[in-house]
Amino acid sequence: MRRLAVLAPASAWLALFVAAPAVVLLGIALGEADAGVPPFRPPFAADGTWQGSFANFATVLTDPFYRDAFLRSLVVAFATASLCLLIAYPMALAIARVPEARRTPLLLAVLLPFWTGFLIRVGAWIGLLRDAGWLNGVLRALGLIEAPLPLLYSDLAMYLGMVHAYLPFAVLPLHAVLARRDPALEEAAAGLGARPATVFLTVTLPLSAPGAAAAFLLVFIPAAGEFVIPDLLGPPEAQLVGRVLWGEFFQNRDWPLAAALAVVLLALLILPLRLFQRLEARP
Amino acid sequence: MPRHPAAPPPSPPLREAGLPGRRRAALAVLLALCVCAAALASPPAARRAPAQPAPVLNVYNWSDYIDPEVLRRFTRETGIRVRYDVYDSLETLEAKLSAGRSGYDIIVPTSEPTFARLVRAGALRPLDPARIPNLANLDPGLMSKVARTDPGNRHGAIYLWGTTGLGMRVDQVRALAPDAPRDSLGLLLQPENARRLARCGIMVMDSATDVLPSVLHWLGRDPDSADPADLRAAEQALMAIRPYLRAIPGSGAIVDALATGEVCLALTYSGDAIQAAVRARAAGRGIEIAYAAPREGAQLAFDMLAIPADAPNPEAAMAFIDFVLRPEIIAAITNHTRYPNAVPASRPLLAPEVRDDPNVYPPESVLANSFVAGTPSPAAERLRARLWSRFKAGR
Repeated sequence: MRRLAVLAPASAWLALFVAAPAVVLLGIALGEADAGVPPFRPPFAADGTWQGSFANFATVLTDPFYRDAFLRSLVVAFATASLCLLIAYPMALAIARVPEARRTPLLLAVLLPFWTGFLIRVGAWIGLLRDAGWLNGVLRALGLIEAPLPLLYSDLAMYLGMVHAYLPFAVLPLHAVLARRDPALEEAAAGLGARPATVFLTVTLPLSAPGAAAAFLLVFIPAAGEFVIPDLLGPPEAQLVGRVLWGEFFQNRDWPLAAALAVVLLALLILPLRLFQRLEARP
Repeated sequence: MPRHPAAPPPSPPLREAGLPGRRRAALAVLLALCVCAAALASPPAARRAPAQPAPVLNVYNWSDYIDPEVLRRFTRETGIRVRYDVYDSLETLEAKLSAGRSGYDIIVPTSEPTFARLVRAGALRPLDPARIPNLANLDPGLMSKVARTDPGNRHGAIYLWGTTGLGMRVDQVRALAPDAPRDSLGLLLQPENARRLARCGIMVMDSATDVLPSVLHWLGRDPDSADPADLRAAEQALMAIRPYLRAIPGSGAIVDALATGEVCLALTYSGDAIQAAVRARAAGRGIEIAYAAPREGAQLAFDMLAIPADAPNPEAAMAFIDFVLRPEIIAAITNHTRYPNAVPASRPLLAPEVRDDPNVYPPESVLANSFVAGTPSPAAERLRARLWSRFKAGR
């Protein structure tokens, strides 16, 4: 009974802000684009008769344009999450190894970028990477290049922006498991003659695996639907699913197709989430 | 050019953190503060709630499309506060309006296709000539061109107008493609020219509505064509130059990219290219931008002052339209934006360099060839939208 009372607010929250919007989304996805306000015909007529169709889902799942968008998004999200993990692990380990009193300022430094607006941080990259930007200016002043490098609107710019934006999400869970680890285990391994590399590979790394999985997924899931960074920094051919969805909604005013894309993306992302829950549930 | 406030990325759940109690609480507070800061940073409009119940006018206009001093003067004269918001493509404007209850009192849709669709859908409030005496200042010749979509000109007054064409850095274009015509879309659409100019950067604005008609017209086809063969030809022409494009951004970003020398050629709105020229000159870094309307015929666009049917404050909106159509006010706007207006009495009040610039007020020879694009049917529009998506993806 008490358990139920504790869970009630969480369940109500999920029902109201996750399940209900998902149902609305599904409803729009089964409708058909039409001139009007809002610009679609709902799947049920006013008298309750069914007039919807699964045509939008068929389009999303069979048209190579959308299939490519999904594939590209998954590739970009996978690469972003892997890069974040690679960079965040040494950071988190270093923070976890300093005396406890000095960890807070270091964690604060990791979180500090959040005090600036998300768009402002992406905008700052535009200023750094553009032809007349700081980076090209410095390289030219040093005489290393003659013509400016086309850095903006490239995959490089997109990944810089993605990794920069999502890195804190990888550092925090990693730091949480690494700070909790028992240093005595590493000392014991070293005392028994293991080299530092062996200690790391056989003791520290396996112990931190759940944190690493959490870090990977916390980056992977939002990165898969990211719209702003590919749009502002990426090349035009980087038509990721977030960008395609935005285009269907805002440029083509095809709400049902955009909703179908969103439903499929949601379904794709539930898979890794379930996997993560399995990992978490393991003792 | 922030087109829409981005949601701050979600904060990681603290459950996984498993930190000792006090520390976890401290982290939670910290994260909460971060999220608040991010929320404050993103949607500026949401924060500016009116302090006292002074009348407010909500204007939704194109980016870089007004003289800010005009808004201050309107508030000084009428006591009506102006809340000003911008878009950089017709698609964005229509997306906002199609959700209903947009809350705007003044919008500035282009005569075709957005204004035409809104008129047909009954989404606009008729203008009251008794409240807007300055409607009489408008050039009847230009207004009659819009009367085809809005019989009797009941729902809109021409604000500014312009052509779609090429903004360029003449020195670089001349150096890299000396033999290419600089007053034709062929400068962009002939792959040989685009290939050579790719080295100094090319952009095409991200709007199927305002690019496809020009491409079709250049190919000698009907700009409003819904014929799949015509659209295929347009797609082939666009795909042939696609590898040479640096980016396909909103028109607002193109002003910036031209002015800073990021690109040397861009297909965009006349006024945007001319604004880029003014900015580049002001920056004084030796970047000289020019605009050219295509000699084979430029797409002509009229941007209309209109009032949504569900505008919260239509009285203020009519007062605003009347104010804007005063010759000295619309002259200030043309001086600032470099787009021509439709109030002949404002011509003597313009700065000479604006009045005599053939790119601002196109000469008769350009106007004679120009065309106004129509409004495609929903089915044709879907074909065009898909074509445009493929063009952007480059596949």
